[in-house]
Amino acid sequence: MSETPAGAAVLEVSGLCRSFGPVTAVDRVGFSLPAGGSLGIVGESGSGKTTTARIVVGLDRADAGTVTVRGRERTAAVRGRAARLARAREVQMVFQDPYLSLDPRIGVGAALRETLRLHFPGRDHEGRVRELLDQVGLGTRAADALPRQLSGGQRQRVAIARALAVEPAVVVLDEAVAALDVSVQAQVLNLLADIRAETGIGYLFITHDLGVVRCVTDQVVVMRSGRIVESGPTATVLADPRHAYTRLLLESVPHRGWDPERIAAARRAL
Amino acid sequence: MNALDIRGLTLRLPATARPVLDGVDLTVGAGETVALVGESGSGKTLTSRSALGLRPAGSTADGSVRVAGTEVLGAGPAVLRALRSRTAAMIYQDPRAATNPLRRIGDFLTESVLLTGALDRAAADRRAAELLDAVGLDASVLDRYPGQVSGGMLQRVVIAAALMGDPALLLADEPTTALDVTTQAEVVALLDGLRRRYGTGLLFVTHDLGLAAAISDRVYVMYAGRIAETAPAAALFDRPRHPYTAALLAATPRIDAPAGRLAAIEGQPPDLRAELTGCPFAARCPLADDRCRTEAPRPRPAPGAADHLTACHHAERLEGSAANV
Amino acid sequence: MSAVLTRRPVLSRLRAGRAPLQAVCLAVVALVVLAAVLAPWLAPADPNAVDLGSALAGPGAGHPLGVDAAGRDTLARLLIGARTSLLGPLGVVVFSTVGGIAVGAAAAWRGGWLDSLLSRSTELVFAFPGMLLAVLVVAVAGEGLLAPVVALAVAYLPYVSRLTRALVLTERERPYVAAHRVQGQSAAQILLRHVLPNIAPVVLAQSAVNFGYALMDLAGLSFLGLGVPALTPDWGRMVFDGQSAVQHGYPLSAVLPCVAIVLTVVAFNVVGERWADHVSGRNR
Repeated sequence: MSETPAGAAVLEVSGLCRSFGPVTAVDRVGFSLPAGGSLGIVGESGSGKTTTARIVVGLDRADAGTVTVRGRERTAAVRGRAARLARAREVQMVFQDPYLSLDPRIGVGAALRETLRLHFPGRDHEGRVRELLDQVGLGTRAADALPRQLSGGQRQRVAIARALAVEPAVVVLDEAVAALDVSVQAQVLNLLADIRAETGIGYLFITHDLGVVRCVTDQVVVMRSGRIVESGPTATVLADPRHAYTRLLLESVPHRGWDPERIAAARRAL
Repeated sequence: MNALDIRGLTLRLPATARPVLDGVDLTVGAGETVALVGESGSGKTLTSRSALGLRPAGSTADGSVRVAGTEVLGAGPAVLRALRSRTAAMIYQDPRAATNPLRRIGDFLTESVLLTGALDRAAADRRAAELLDAVGLDASVLDRYPGQVSGGMLQRVVIAAALMGDPALLLADEPTTALDVTTQAEVVALLDGLRRRYGTGLLFVTHDLGLAAAISDRVYVMYAGRIAETAPAAALFDRPRHPYTAALLAATPRIDAPAGRLAAIEGQPPDLRAELTGCPFAARCPLADDRCRTEAPRPRPAPGAADHLTACHHAERLEGSAANV
Repeated sequence: MSAVLTRRPVLSRLRAGRAPLQAVCLAVVALVVLAAVLAPWLAPADPNAVDLGSALAGPGAGHPLGVDAAGRDTLARLLIGARTSLLGPLGVVVFSTVGGIAVGAAAAWRGGWLDSLLSRSTELVFAFPGMLLAVLVVAVAGEGLLAPVVALAVAYLPYVSRLTRALVLTERERPYVAAHRVQGQSAAQILLRHVLPNIAPVVLAQSAVNFGYALMDLAGLSFLGLGVPALTPDWGRMVFDGQSAVQHGYPLSAVLPCVAIVLTVVAFNVVGERWADHVSGRNR
């Protein structure tokens, strides 16, 4: 699936800027995702992590800076069907709310077939649908179900299957497990780890949850007010944070002997 | 007198095969912080709402729900109005949904106590100013509209509004889920300070085990409408005696754990449309045997710890397996 | 979903809150449609056969609903007239729905100058009374059903286009639209395959309400002697033909078509409104 040699960056982002009126949402953001790697972007609301993700997938446009996938620039506007499909095969996205990101009228199998027809006309779609459902841990029976007949975890599996159907180089997961219950969240996180090991797809994981970052990413980027304040290997950043904001984020995660009073004071001081 | 005393609360909805709440026992002492932990559909929100006399339309309830000594189940409208405006108050997950965007924050704060005649205008204004100060906001927000303040600030306003009637019981339903982690710490610190200052009993409903461990004196874990386990926070997280509690702890991604696979709980919680015989967790439990599938376990105390109750036939087999939070 | 149908002031007070009213209205709609379809087989006589001997006769064996001043069987004219009376509004609704969806969807999806242009021009049409437009067009085009139908279709188009525009604006912000864009679908594909099918039930409910109004407007035109040719059986025309008989103390041949018009308009109104409530409730 990957045409990129191991170790080289499959996704390169550099100098990304985006303003909405007077507000600078993203300010000179850059990072690179190695082929088959998993990179987390952590931050609170207003940190610019979601805007960055939307620019990477092409739902928003940057004022300045570049996004390159497998060496191909994808910052300019796209023209024509072939270019549009090629873009889609570079980056796919899994959204936070699996119910709202699926068309409520369309069954699971039909949704997958629609994507397959678009990208791979003339192939055996029935077999591929079974394969995809199997890959995300859904039975073949799920193919006939409508989104509202599925649980939250099952819907998110469908959304993952739909992203995989395109056979992309990178999948952007925007708070993709935030809406799920803990026990279901663990299932989906394990599934994502398995898929990455099998296919070598790169993940860009947008999340506010440091526990999730620890669990599924190799590299992490910490954003605040549109800027990157710290980045590095996940284990290092979480064990030995350099920036005061990263330390604050880590201490804010509730644990035994947690002192919310002190965190509140630290937040005001920052 | 306990702030909240729920005994054997059983709630049935039309067109379901089993009760949505099945014999729930729960107490919140005066000035105590109690966490109610569960996944969606476990019945934790229904339980907390029952304390305000709020039940889904068409439901039937058995058992007893007492708030500061007053029975709520089957109480008349006058009792319920007094309860909701004075004795008990609730803080919801989304402060934006809990406030009227077209009304000034000042009016929002004083509305309830003025309508019920609990306080007069001057006393209500004094109380609002005092509470705003207690939640760390200055009086200038009184003239602003909800749209003009941040989510964290608005949640403080909602907390202040909840305390206007000086309630004995504060119900907080996922009050920090919609907030950022650093804001969450502030709101929790605030709730904790107010609880101490006013001696309010606090029932904190959450899906976050880590948060429950960090803030509460006692924890109840709910699963499929039943209390699976209850214990002082430290005991519950150090020595969980219910396989569900242990599995939930193991499935939570943590920053101090090594990267890699989580111990996920396979399967789904039981469907409301299916009848339940035996233990509701049996289908997903590694310890389940024939007895678990036929006989529902009653809550039993742990040896030497009368306040650590577990509804599991095999609680003893989990002794020694420790999970640290 | 913001499904607010446009209804006229008097009729909008009718709310199908109670189930029996809804059932009765649905039955009326079914009955009227069935009568129109089966009219040639149900009609007891030729609607234009003149039997002057029994003119102004009350209900009797040969003529269950009596005979009008020109000696024509009232039941036969009601039944056959249902066809013209329903066919006209059907044409209005089909034209205005197709046109309104196209205009509203294009305005909402493209936005910018196209939205301004389309929204302003439809508002201009909205400001112009539909009946007046129809009278003007008929005056120019002469007798025939097509001219008033086209004129009313243009007048009704803003009802549909405004609703469609509002619905598409809400719908396009939903994550599933973004999801399909990321998947590589073109704007046209997303609009046609996903957005329009999702808003269609609400738009069709508006069209059902419009059907009743169009029926009323067309009946009004025929009553004025505009549109439908003189001999064609039509409910509005029947009221017109019956008014002189009312002066002779024979109200039956004018009242019956009035009742038919009112019942049908109310029934379509209630059914359409209830349908919109139902589908918008399901979507949330």
